[in-house]
Amino acid sequence: MRVEVDQVAIRGIVEDITLHADNEVVGIVGPNGSGKSTTLRCVYRALKPDAGAVLIDGENVHKRHDLARDLAALTQESQVEFDFTVSEVVEMGRLPHDRDPARDRRVVADALATVDVEHLAERSFLSLSGGERQRVLIARAIAQEPKVLVLDEPTNHLDIRHQLDVLSLARGLGVTVLTVLHDLNLAASFCDRLHVLDEGRLVAGGTPEEVLVPELIAKVFHVTAHVVTHPTTGVPQLLFDQEVTP
Amino acid sequence: MIGKISALVGVLAVSVVAGVSLGPVSVPFGLTLELLHAAVTGGTIPADLAGQYHIVWDIRLPRVLLAAVVGAGLSAVGVAIQAMVRNALADPYVLGISSGASVGATAVATLGVLQGLGVYALSTGAFLTGLGATALVYLTARTGGGLTPLRLVLTGTALAYGFSAVAMLLVFQAPHGEAARSAMFWLLGSLGGANWQSLPVATVVTAAGIVYLMSKARQLNALAMGDETATTLGVAVNRFRTHLFVVTAGITGVLVAVSGAVGFVGLMLPHLTRMVVGADHRRVLPLAPLAGASFLVWVDVAARMLAAPEELPLGVITAAIGVPCFIFLMRRRAYVFGGR
Repeated sequence: MRVEVDQVAIRGIVEDITLHADNEVVGIVGPNGSGKSTTLRCVYRALKPDAGAVLIDGENVHKRHDLARDLAALTQESQVEFDFTVSEVVEMGRLPHDRDPARDRRVVADALATVDVEHLAERSFLSLSGGERQRVLIARAIAQEPKVLVLDEPTNHLDIRHQLDVLSLARGLGVTVLTVLHDLNLAASFCDRLHVLDEGRLVAGGTPEEVLVPELIAKVFHVTAHVVTHPTTGVPQLLFDQEVTP
Repeated sequence: MIGKISALVGVLAVSVVAGVSLGPVSVPFGLTLELLHAAVTGGTIPADLAGQYHIVWDIRLPRVLLAAVVGAGLSAVGVAIQAMVRNALADPYVLGISSGASVGATAVATLGVLQGLGVYALSTGAFLTGLGATALVYLTARTGGGLTPLRLVLTGTALAYGFSAVAMLLVFQAPHGEAARSAMFWLLGSLGGANWQSLPVATVVTAAGIVYLMSKARQLNALAMGDETATTLGVAVNRFRTHLFVVTAGITGVLVAVSGAVGFVGLMLPHLTRMVVGADHRRVLPLAPLAGASFLVWVDVAARMLAAPEELPLGVITAAIGVPCFIFLMRRRAYVFGGR
């Protein structure tokens, strides 16, 4: 399924954002406050753009009342206080769909199995570690059976193993994935294409090889980067100097 | 789940009969059942039981049933409001409805407004100013982005102080102590005015409200996870919260009109229910009202009997039970919604 962000603007935050993702993994990177999350929030409808539109298979997301059947999102929201069990959380992914208890149960069980958290099914969600929680939230998104998955910094607070885990899971689903990532090397490893945001505007877009070049990194992030090729995967990876450029 | 519901329905049935049987003039449990059976099936009773029949059928039963309705309604509203504003300390009165109602009730009791309505003056006055206050909270808290939980709680709390100040001023300006006393008694909750006429509206509104909330249990679950999450799960968050606001305010307004502001029920019962069955609203919403109904029936029994022939305000008893209960809850680990 194709997601298009078409000349989206939110006054004072982002301007003229145009990008798309079509059965691929597309990453949005950029410094803090560059408008990455704002852009994603327009995609999953937490914000309505002041100008432009987000289209899903050509239709404006704000006109799609059943959008949740096609699009699932992992937001940054993390102040949950209600103590649901893991299976209750995953079951919430079935909310957008017509009720069918037998099928719902099967989809939930499959989702738990896919992210390998079946053993946690009856545990309290709040008692889980950060990595486990993120896996459970991904299971919820899987239970939603989306064709588009939107991820806002899905690797936040995770150790390296769980970072790789979460992104492999997302990539392995075979759906359109639009994700904001902080870590440029993870972005290079897992994304087919990258977009770079700086001060609310898109400044680059293309394959990781095209985008992650020292000049751009210096201009946007104000650091000096050296590009090397990963010895086994062949994707570009960055090494950084200690000094920050002005 | 079916087992828990049946058990609570059984407890409620026994509580209702016990509530009718117990009182300053005690009617034996067996005789109570007989009299109720006769009343429902249209059977005949001996003439010498007429006095007890009058106590059971005309005085106590409507009162006990109203206690059950108020307890059920406040518990259901408490569950919904805590999810709606995602705040563990929220109760049905957090949106200013009880303090708003107290303005109307004290105005009736001390200034004698609405006297044309006779015995209904107090509840009508309370209902009108209660809903007026809620409307004011709604309009003040509303922003372009809809009703956010924090704004709702802050606005409700801030305006509640204002309404309470007006009610207190009325009490202090009251020409004679009796008016102030009756206003105060009403503020702390009482079912003393219950009769068969006060029952239907409260029952219908409460039942319809609970059915609505139960039908939205899954949406409440999503809302409890956060506004953005609920949005991505397909819940139209702003519209849903507005609906919840109207439904909970409607139920609370009607209940406050018939029983005053009974505290703690709407705060405690949701938490107690979650401690037993977890946070899932598909389980909490049927169970909390059943538990709350039995709870308030017994609270009212205590209100009638502890200082007989005087009656105690319900709020005094719910506070006596609720405060220690709440402190226990707070001290028990880091309590969260549904922490087991």
